[in-house]
Amino acid sequence: MSDLIGGNGCGVRIGVYVCHCGTNIAGTIDVRALAEFAATLPGVVLARDYKYMCSDPGQELIKKDIAEQNLTRIVVAACSPCLHEKTFRHATEEGGLNPFFFHMVNLREHDSWVHTDKVAATEKGKDLLRAAVRRVKHHKPLERRQVSINPDALIVGGGIAGIHAALTMANAGKHVYLVEREPTIGGHMAQFDKTFPTLDCAACILTPKMTAAKTHPNITLWTLSEVEKVEGYVGNYKVSVKRKPRYIREDVCVGCLECVEACVYKQAKVLDEFNLGLGKRRPIYIPFPQAVPQLVLIDPESCIEFKSGTCKKTCVEACAERQAIDFKQQERFEEIDVGTIILATGFDVFDASRIPYYGYGTYPNVYTALELERLVNASGPTAGEVLLRDGTKPKSVGIIHCVGSRDDNTNKYCSRVCCMYSLKLAHLIKEKTDAEVYNCYIDIRAPGKGFEEFYNRVSEEGTHFIRGKVADVFPTEGTNQLTMRVEDTLMSMVRQISVDMVVLAVGLEAQSDAQDVRRRFNISSSTEGFFLERHPKLAPVSTFTDGVFLAGCCQGPKDIPDTVAQAGAAAAEALALIDAGAVELEPNTAYIEEELCSGCKTCIPMCPYSAISFVADKKKAAINEVLCKGCGTCVAACPSGSIVQNLFEDVEVFDEIEGVLAYA
Amino acid sequence: MSKPKVGFYWCASCGGCEEAVVDLAEDVLKVVEAVDIAFWPVALDFKRADVAAMADGEMAVCFVNGAVRTSEQEEMARLMRLKSQLIIAFGSCSHMGGIPGLANMTDCETLLRRVYQEVPSVANPDCILPQERCEVPQGSLTLPALHDTVSSLDQMIPVDYYLPGCPPPVKLIKDAVSAILQGAMPPKGSVLAPDVAMCTGCPRKDSKPEKLLVSAFKRPHEIQIDPAKCLLEQGLLCMGPVTRSGCDAACVEGNMPCTGCLGPTGRVRDFGAKALSAVASIADATEESKIAGVLDKIVDPVGTFYRYSLPTSILHKRNRHEGNGAH
Ligand SMILES: Cc1cc2nc3c(=O)[nH]c(=O)nc-3n(C[C@H](O)[C@H](O)[C@H](O)COP(=O)(O)OP(=O)(O)OC[C@H]3O[C@@H](n4cnc5c(N)ncnc54)[C@H](O)[C@@H]3O)c2cc1C
Ligand code: SF4
Ligand code: SF4
Ligand code: SF4
Ligand code: SF4
Repeated sequence: MSDLIGGNGCGVRIGVYVCHCGTNIAGTIDVRALAEFAATLPGVVLARDYKYMCSDPGQELIKKDIAEQNLTRIVVAACSPCLHEKTFRHATEEGGLNPFFFHMVNLREHDSWVHTDKVAATEKGKDLLRAAVRRVKHHKPLERRQVSINPDALIVGGGIAGIHAALTMANAGKHVYLVEREPTIGGHMAQFDKTFPTLDCAACILTPKMTAAKTHPNITLWTLSEVEKVEGYVGNYKVSVKRKPRYIREDVCVGCLECVEACVYKQAKVLDEFNLGLGKRRPIYIPFPQAVPQLVLIDPESCIEFKSGTCKKTCVEACAERQAIDFKQQERFEEIDVGTIILATGFDVFDASRIPYYGYGTYPNVYTALELERLVNASGPTAGEVLLRDGTKPKSVGIIHCVGSRDDNTNKYCSRVCCMYSLKLAHLIKEKTDAEVYNCYIDIRAPGKGFEEFYNRVSEEGTHFIRGKVADVFPTEGTNQLTMRVEDTLMSMVRQISVDMVVLAVGLEAQSDAQDVRRRFNISSSTEGFFLERHPKLAPVSTFTDGVFLAGCCQGPKDIPDTVAQAGAAAAEALALIDAGAVELEPNTAYIEEELCSGCKTCIPMCPYSAISFVADKKKAAINEVLCKGCGTCVAACPSGSIVQNLFEDVEVFDEIEGVLAYA
Repeated sequence: MSKPKVGFYWCASCGGCEEAVVDLAEDVLKVVEAVDIAFWPVALDFKRADVAAMADGEMAVCFVNGAVRTSEQEEMARLMRLKSQLIIAFGSCSHMGGIPGLANMTDCETLLRRVYQEVPSVANPDCILPQERCEVPQGSLTLPALHDTVSSLDQMIPVDYYLPGCPPPVKLIKDAVSAILQGAMPPKGSVLAPDVAMCTGCPRKDSKPEKLLVSAFKRPHEIQIDPAKCLLEQGLLCMGPVTRSGCDAACVEGNMPCTGCLGPTGRVRDFGAKALSAVASIADATEESKIAGVLDKIVDPVGTFYRYSLPTSILHKRNRHEGNGAH
């Protein structure tokens, strides 16, 4: 039947279709001439041009021709494969051929849209077609592989993002492992008193969700835990979780806190992390009253029993018959199987001491905004009173915006929430102290729902707004005050404002260990260090690793409403994957020809997806097909040419290149 | 039945390949017993006329070593092709252009000027360069013309098989000869050596780490080479991962890095490009400035990566069109 012989001797019958795309292509390229040219190429049985190839009649054309003309290969010259490769592969399959007997030429994005000279564009079109026709004859039938999805999910980070995603998935009936490295969940939100722009109480809206996450039958909550290792692929991840000792038996402790009171330390002496060192705690403690889980923990660094083994252990006495305290607890590891992973590891605040001229760490009355959040918090170290280090109330407070944001020397990006939380803090400080508050800003960024209104409200309350970047903070001579030197760009003058307290609106940064975490989960990050989404518009919570999703500030600075929305989206994406039950994987993967591999190991560290391993007994490398994304890196790297990539075999690529270059 | 006739010829080569034939030692006698040596100018007194007088295809097989860089070599290569049923490109120079092929980095004029006038060890006050024709009282003397471009044998004449190596390892020669005698030859065009890279059988293979990163490449004289550890791991540019096996890792056994004389595997078009990408893969640098620092340690990149294969590289073909303009 096949009377045409391709260049490599295999009998192929190629059909070529040149799409007009309305005038998108036909306006610049002589599509008729192109089809006529294609018809003269070796192996081509028929060539047509058609107005809209992606339309139903266009696709029908392909199916009909396959049946009537016994076509064995299809080339469609149209738009980008990103757009319609799927469509035409499907049509090819419907026509009875293997879908990978199809190849697409990007005549629109690569030719008509980028050129104006019609003659030259048509000639270029010929080169592209010749290349496709020469390559497609080498195409082999390929199978898409299916992998099933384990319905269990892992969520890393128990801030508001992780909590919301966990509850969403758990309510949908999926089992979720929520892994948090601190002793309590809640993240940064748990440190706030009120939230902008509505000023609702953070604890009132967060605590119920924290408790729900703890008690939900579908959620396994592990605090003081971190993911150590992740292996596997979409639908089938094997995760090893390190669980640090709490020195308290979780199943027995009832959270009565009697041990804390009983501790031999009658005064709390240890700087309290949750209060950012503004308060003190004992060696046995609970991070904050609403902590979830409601369990105490022992800090072995300060506990006498750990340091010397000679403590009277009054805590154990107080715990009495419950016997919840266990000094011998060890770190342990849990191995879990999950199908999907949501990363919700949040952010770190900018370290204000990196900008020495604002005096943080030098002048005691310079605070970060997060410290202020603790001071205004009713359950904070000052029971909600805004007090200076000497215990007096400030009469004037300066808030400096954009500390560690929008600055060439630190972070170039805007942290998105600092303007708004600075307004919130201005309001709360005023409310609690009646102090004069000066907000020094570059621009006020209030683009969210209710934000502009909130700005107006704070403005009307009498907060002073000074448009200018503060240059310097230094002690005011002869007083305990601090002077902020700032160029007021609205008044065109340099001002020196003396205040009792300076608050630095520190920006949001990626967690300091974000790069390690990113590598562990095999995802990318942007230059600022935040985790990179697959597409900024169309896949904002997906990553380049299938089955791994992002939620909250680990992806970039955002406020709580956006965090929660994103967490919901990440949960929805994960649920969609789980409910589909299985995923189809593209077959353009690479494989190693075992008998040809020399075991030189060059390829192994090259793979960005860790898909290649060394098989010790054979002394050869092997690719895990399911992990391979078909990036081709190893194929190029293999010094002995022993790796083959489906759809990108050397013959296919070389013949394609020669096809492009074979112009008369 | 008469014994099959065999020929040996050398073109631009160092003589090492001829030495390799002699290295067959007593086995050479077995070969001599089985065949009739019809042409071997290095060892026996044959003249061109003896070959010219043969019928076409009279010789069963002819082993040709050396690259082709003069008109005489080209002429002889064509003659051997005519008179022999099989042509076997013998050794790296014939196979890929070899060391003489590195001359393709320059042109004839520069080359002659350098060799006959500029090198410090030459005294040539009259600046005399070799001429194709020279009149002397006794008559005219002629020399073959120098090609502007060095070629591998198969760039001049069709070649049936390749015996790779600089020189070809004795074992490969023996295997090839017995395959020819038994008529058990692989498909035409084959390289008569295993199609797997050197690392396969390297005695140091187990010591090579899975994730190798080299921050400073070294030359053998710069370090005390550990005889047990993978040479690449020690920063030496071992071409083992790129090079076809068949030599029993002779250089590596001798505590020297593989230089790639057996050429690439059958799946690789351009040895140097592969070698370069393999080396780039292990260079421990990701920023542009650092990459340059690491790669600057490679003193002679062309001589390292294309030591035996410049004429047959993809790279060179382009050079020839644009640069030298000879062909
Ligand atoms: C001073 C300040 C005031 C703010 N005020 C407001 C406000 O009023 N209103 C508002 O909408 N937004 C406000 N924001 C923004 C708000 O904090 C964030 O939108 C929100 O906290 C983001 O939640 P998240 O879960 O993404 O991150 P986070 O709150 O940072 O939570 C991340 C969690 O992950 C855990 N984690 C991190 N790494 C790991 C790991 N490797 N393994 C396990 N667990 C890990 C952390 O311990 C933490 O519990 C404010 C921000 C700041 C800095
Ligand atoms: S062991 Fe002693 S110091 Fe430690 S928590 Fe118990 S009572 Fe306190
Ligand atoms: S093609 Fe890319 S993803 Fe696949 S194994 Fe090779 S390097 Fe890894
Ligand atoms: S680079 Fe090639 S030869 Fe080396 S181990 Fe990988 S597949 Fe094998
Ligand atoms: S790189 Fe060289 S020394 Fe190392 S295993 Fe390969 S051949 Fe042996």
